Amino acid sequence: MLTEQERERIRAEATHYDYPQAACVEALKIVQEGHRWVSDEHLKEVAGLLDMSPEALDSVATFYNLIFRKPVGENVILLCDSVSCWILGYENICAHLKTRLGVELGETTADGKFTLLPMACLGTCDRGPAMMVGSDLHRNLDNEKVDEILGRYRQTPEA
Amino acid sequence: MANGSSMDKPLTGDLRSDGAVLDLAAYEKAGGYEALRRVIKEMTPADVLKEITDSRLRGRGGAGFPTGQKWSFVPMGENAPTPKYLVANADEMEPGTFKDRMLLEGNPHLLIEGMILAAYTIQATDGYIFLRWAYKLAAERIVRALAEARDKGYLGKNILGSDYSFELDLHTSAGRYMCGEETGLLNALEGKRANPRAKPPFPQVSGLWGKPTIVQNVETLCNIAPILRNGAQWYLGLSRSEDGGTKLYGVSGKVKRPGAWELPLGTTIREILERRARGMQDGHQFRGVLPGGASTDFLVEEHLDTKMDYGSVQAAGSRLGTGLMVVLDDKTSVVGMVLNLERFFAQESCGWCTPCRDGLPWTARILQGLLEGRGRPGDLERLEMQTRMMGPGNTFCALAPGAMEPLQSALKYFREDFEKLIPSVLSHEISC
Repeated sequence: MLTEQERERIRAEATHYDYPQAACVEALKIVQEGHRWVSDEHLKEVAGLLDMSPEALDSVATFYNLIFRKPVGENVILLCDSVSCWILGYENICAHLKTRLGVELGETTADGKFTLLPMACLGTCDRGPAMMVGSDLHRNLDNEKVDEILGRYRQTPEA
Repeated sequence: MANGSSMDKPLTGDLRSDGAVLDLAAYEKAGGYEALRRVIKEMTPADVLKEITDSRLRGRGGAGFPTGQKWSFVPMGENAPTPKYLVANADEMEPGTFKDRMLLEGNPHLLIEGMILAAYTIQATDGYIFLRWAYKLAAERIVRALAEARDKGYLGKNILGSDYSFELDLHTSAGRYMCGEETGLLNALEGKRANPRAKPPFPQVSGLWGKPTIVQNVETLCNIAPILRNGAQWYLGLSRSEDGGTKLYGVSGKVKRPGAWELPLGTTIREILERRARGMQDGHQFRGVLPGGASTDFLVEEHLDTKMDYGSVQAAGSRLGTGLMVVLDDKTSVVGMVLNLERFFAQESCGWCTPCRDGLPWTARILQGLLEGRGRPGDLERLEMQTRMMGPGNTFCALAPGAMEPLQSALKYFREDFEKLIPSVLSHEISC
């Protein structure tokens, strides 16, 4: 179940538009803020709040790279795999992350701390390779910097 | 009064070197909202449209459509449908492109003033800034700037005491390249999948919720206030081409100093690569460049003196696109780079039309086969067939034709790199 506060926020978002459906992406992001991903149950609840069928909402939810319809870890790592970062060493960084985390792309670490996902261009091509961890952007990556960044998130207790 | 740097560089001249945002006070001190004050008092929408048309401003998002002409298609007058909408396309996601981020993070009021002026011109009452999810810092700063502008009476009901009202909101997306396509963006704003729509009707007539809508790139909109502050003639004088203004150019890849810079429209590729990006990194040779993002044709050494403007880049066989270049060096695999690009397009295809949905993964599989030693005779011909099948006119939107641009030009300029990966060609050469 969504919390009353989440339902209220979703209703408020819907007032920004002439049609409530227009707030659906925002609503799914509100769900993810509290639950990290969008379960079938939450999807149905949101659809009800926005006068949509669950199927219509799911067609939107599955369209977006950043709406997760499967559970993800505490920190989602979004590693840019687009052309400039690829030229600047994406493959090495990716291999290093996989080794350090013990997961493949698309997987979550056993302790639930990290999910590793490839991501299309992050718009910071002059400072690649780049990745985001949650909302934080990290650029000019090399293996040492990746280790240091992972260490920081490992220590941070969940907000 | 505007200071000297913003007269040469209307987009970035006022940006702070420490990366901090220009707040409302700083923006006003640099001449911000002067244009709005004057326009709202002294100019009719038709006057503004004429000034923008005379400035020869063209769209900076990739397609390069003349801005004044685009706005002229919006129905005007008492019988025009309402509400009308203005949308800023801030879904910057063309690989290799990082220009709008700079403007959104550094000077959000420049966009907001430009949007109010553009909205006034088409008499739009509602607007949205459609922002990509990844630009978190930009989102924070836009929200704050919108509040500042509302408090000061620049936004909302009866702007600066006039009878004109305009509401502007931020919409943050959730990541999909298709949202940058004009009609896909409109579907996304309506809360639907960002599939493209058939044109006609064009959005200027029937856009968001079926109402007249202008969708315009961030950089384009950021030019509006400076043009109206300083005049179309001044704007034309900034350019080294037949079209007006400056352009944000940028370089990524194995160059010494990657980055983005505002320069006169029509600055040459050589000047940008050598003077701004300081040339190739030691131990790397230049082989080619995608001049304006992932969906533009490669240009090579012989094109380095091409001016980076709409007509010149087209004459050289590519497109200005977003104006941000990705450099190919001699240590980077051409086929690997093209595979990376085609995988991106295959993943980001919305799947709405068959050539794109099936053709792009097929293309990526052929390229991957080449790199994994599974190249077969006829592969290059199959790739060339794809470039024709997914060429302009065969697909619903510009995604697949754009995806074919780097492929077709790579096959033209770097053919030997592909041929090397086909065993029978090798053995044929050896047996000769």
